Amino acid sequence: MNLAAATNESLAQGSNVLIYSSMAVYTLAFLAHIVEWVLGGRSKVGRTAAALTSAGAGATAGPAVSVRSAQGGTAVLDKPKVVTRATAGARDVPDGPGAAGDDAQGDLYGRIAVSLTVLAFLVEAGGVVARALSVQRAPWGNMYEFSITFSTVAVGVYLGLLLAKKRVRWIGLLLVATVLLDLGIATTWLYTDSDQLVPALHSYWLWIHVSTAIFCGAVFYIGAVATVLYLFRDSYEAKLARGERPGAFARSVLERLPSAASLDKLAYRVNAAVFPLWTFTIIAGAIWAGEAWGRYWGWDAKEVWSFITWVAYAAYLHARATAGWKGRKAAYIALIAFGCWLFNYYGVNIFVNSKHSYAGV
Amino acid sequence: MSTTDTSRGHPGAEPDGPPQDGTGTGARTGTGARTGAGTGTKDETGAGTKDETGAGTKDETGAGTEAGAGTEAADAAEHAATSQLSTAPQEESARELLSGGPSLGVIGWARWFWRQLTSMRVALILLFLLSLGSIPGSLIPQNNVDDLKVRAFQQKHDVISPVYEKLQLFDVYTSVWFSAIYILLFVSLIGCIVPRTWQFVRQLRARPPAAPRRLDRMPAHTTWRTDAAPEEVREAALRLLRKRRFRAHAAGDAVAAEKGYLREVGNLLFHLALIVMLVAFASGQLFKSEGGKLVVEGDGFANTITQYDDFRSGSLFSMDDLVPFDFTLDQFTGTYEPSGPQRGTPRTFEADVSYSEGGGPAKKAKIKVNEPLEVDGSKVFLNMHGYAPVVTVRDGKGQVVYQEAVPLLPIDGNITSTGVVKVLDGYTGKDGKKEQLGFPAFFVPTYAGKGKGQMFSTFPGLAFPVLNLGAYHGDLRVDGGMPQNVYQLDTSKMKPFKDAGGNIVKKSLRPGETMTLPDGAGSITFEKDVKEWATFQITQQPGNGLALTGAIAAIAGLVGSLFIQRRRVWVRATEGPDGVTVVEMAGLGRSESARLPEELGDLAQSLHTLAPTAPAPAAAEADSGAGTHSTSGTGSGTRPSPASPPSQSPAAPPSHESPRPPRGAAQ
Ligand code: HEM
Repeated sequence: MNLAAATNESLAQGSNVLIYSSMAVYTLAFLAHIVEWVLGGRSKVGRTAAALTSAGAGATAGPAVSVRSAQGGTAVLDKPKVVTRATAGARDVPDGPGAAGDDAQGDLYGRIAVSLTVLAFLVEAGGVVARALSVQRAPWGNMYEFSITFSTVAVGVYLGLLLAKKRVRWIGLLLVATVLLDLGIATTWLYTDSDQLVPALHSYWLWIHVSTAIFCGAVFYIGAVATVLYLFRDSYEAKLARGERPGAFARSVLERLPSAASLDKLAYRVNAAVFPLWTFTIIAGAIWAGEAWGRYWGWDAKEVWSFITWVAYAAYLHARATAGWKGRKAAYIALIAFGCWLFNYYGVNIFVNSKHSYAGV
Repeated sequence: MSTTDTSRGHPGAEPDGPPQDGTGTGARTGTGARTGAGTGTKDETGAGTKDETGAGTKDETGAGTEAGAGTEAADAAEHAATSQLSTAPQEESARELLSGGPSLGVIGWARWFWRQLTSMRVALILLFLLSLGSIPGSLIPQNNVDDLKVRAFQQKHDVISPVYEKLQLFDVYTSVWFSAIYILLFVSLIGCIVPRTWQFVRQLRARPPAAPRRLDRMPAHTTWRTDAAPEEVREAALRLLRKRRFRAHAAGDAVAAEKGYLREVGNLLFHLALIVMLVAFASGQLFKSEGGKLVVEGDGFANTITQYDDFRSGSLFSMDDLVPFDFTLDQFTGTYEPSGPQRGTPRTFEADVSYSEGGGPAKKAKIKVNEPLEVDGSKVFLNMHGYAPVVTVRDGKGQVVYQEAVPLLPIDGNITSTGVVKVLDGYTGKDGKKEQLGFPAFFVPTYAGKGKGQMFSTFPGLAFPVLNLGAYHGDLRVDGGMPQNVYQLDTSKMKPFKDAGGNIVKKSLRPGETMTLPDGAGSITFEKDVKEWATFQITQQPGNGLALTGAIAAIAGLVGSLFIQRRRVWVRATEGPDGVTVVEMAGLGRSESARLPEELGDLAQSLHTLAPTAPAPAAAEADSGAGTHSTSGTGSGTRPSPASPPSQSPAAPPSHESPRPPRGAAQ
């Protein structure tokens, strides 16, 4: 790191402009998503209700089909078709069609929203990079920088999932809304002029520890969104299965979400996949603390809350493997765990006096 | 699921055999044939699939009351095939847990207690308690983290503090209750790992369980008919699976294979690594020592207890454990951004030292903030720095009574510093009485200039140093036994020097200037030399290497445990009633498997190239395919529920994954 390099004022200015521009574009994406949801509301799908009521609760996909023989020839390499079966005990409900429902116009707006999100993401990423260049270091020296990087990464993860052909567009509205909230807080309350790091932060561990922490946070966030939606969708499905009629909002909005089982699975996968990285993040932090302060673990508030978050996610993973704790109970634990993460990020920096309190919050 | 499941025919033999759908052919390949079967038999599906923890699982659909004593036998068979896909401990049902212990006296109770302690449920509760228990420590100041803050807190909250004290809330992480939680957790952990390891070893020695009778009940299933002979297919399957590094063997009419044992290894390794980390952490706490020392440029430090300004150690630490070494601070260098908006931001802090180990030859080293000096397991960290102006005090006769670099404490980022020059002895007032002198000092490395605001530094570097001094004489009260802060002046027994006009003597000095005390009482000179000082933290903590090893092992284990999928694959090849070979393949993984169907499809495709699909008779195509031998013609079937029309099933998307075993729960 070139520490002697002077802060480049114009780059810092440019970064601010880019961040504000990205907020404008995100706002447009947000509006487009709203239109998508509204238009999608026109199409009445009702697949969930149909699936849950037609054959009684929990009709299973018939373990029917196998491969049909190829006509005539024996040499035809017809790929055998694999039949999968639903988890026993889970409702066998198809995923909702997504925000746009079956409405073509809604879908168009959804695509527009995604395009705008891509644009906003690029602009925001540009802002983060400009900020990094202006201070000639990793842009993670204070909470403002942390926040803008965080939302960039969260959107990046989301776009990555889209790119991997995962059907996660339904998450778009909530995500963009959160990103706007995050950027709003960052620019209004957390803003700090671009600044150099105190020598204690000069370490390549900054790159390792903080980048993984940000990434973990972004992924945990996506897991938490999926978990919350799972809870809503699950009670919606339960209501339908009991033969009750959910409210109009639930019928319109929740109907379009993926099934509770899919949401649950997504939440688990996301959380489980990032848990080893979170473990690594804490260990990297401990190593860094050991180098900077002479002790690798000192029960500093930030360390404590990282530990709590870690234990909470471990409890979540255990809950999933424990009879009687799967499903909703495990989901509550996942939300508590994410709450711990949030508190570690905002709460500890703001309310608790910690060695980790960065300059200018 | 309003199944009317009647076990006709051969109870116990094949109670939930295929629905015959009235065709009576036993043929099963066709699409429509078995429609609805899944509905009826769902609850038993893959009994024990997940593992043994199945007992007590709630079946959310709840409706199915699949009865019949006969089902149990089939369940048992399936259970054997599908169990032990992990080594997670058997879960007690909630009922058992609540109904209290056995009536077997002490040993029975102990055993019951042990079973509870090592259950997943209690592990979960303990994990919860552990995170809950660490919260107060992050909100209430802690003794071992910041003693000063604890004092301040106690002074401010005099009512609640004694209560906190009783609850050990100022020492959460060493408190009895916190220790109890993690010790219980780790006893539970050990009690969990040991039996799981044995179980795993047993699993490794045994062969993968034989194929269950009903492969189509597995979470992923595929079947086709081929002209190849069953033995050929089985042999090909065996070769294929072994090539894909499955543990595979032929058992009866099927090949059983299993892969992904590393998952269990990873899981055990992770939990074991947790123990290693705890041991390392505990030994580190017990044997550690940590102390601080302020050293002015040119001065030295030897690693003995008396030389420390402050010192702390773990309860098992002994003074002999201090590594013998010494060092001298040759030079401290601090550089700062000279201009621009970042003016004054520190750029480098480094201390050049000469050190020697146990009286050995002197070596040079540089200590930086993130780069401690390591001597034989002891680490020397650079913590703080500041200035130590050199002052000379002369008595009325002009004799030097004091000449030293006086370390002053920084009070802001620009190193505005305060402190006291204390002349303890050697000074005699002009009336011949021995007296002590105290000069409260205020130092700025860069003075803004006269009339420019207050006497605060505007830059941390030494650009325009000014030393402001007051002057007192009398008794410094350092001999009174009370520990005294060297940076503060106790003026209770001292009088300020006053000039002729009765004003208190006070003066700002530039390097080289002198303040003369009134009435020929002597003088104090701010020499042209301003030294820097640095504080060092010397720590010794054994077990760091062990902790790191544990940490790396934990991550490796975790990755294995979370990303490796343990799964079983069965391939059954039998001759159908029409003489054509029927190949059936099924896969079973843990519940969270996503890739299982893909892998099975992959394997099936490979096998299919070796045993391609046979041309099907047109009739079978339309009506129902050939049945597998195991289920054909048993005559005992689950009638499709009237509530589930045959047309419903094909429309339902293939979805989700492995069945969780609500074994017993629904019966
Ligand atoms: C410090 C305490 C503990 C931590 C941080 C911890 C953490 C974890 C984590 C993160 C997993 C997830 C890996 C996976 O899903 O495969 C896991 C799995 C597991 N843990 Fe623990 N654990 C702890 C204590 C225990 C104890 C005391 C037991 C014994 C009762 C236990 C038994 C298990 C078992 C059986 C699994 C595997 C579950 C499965 O196969 O699905 N753990 N643990």
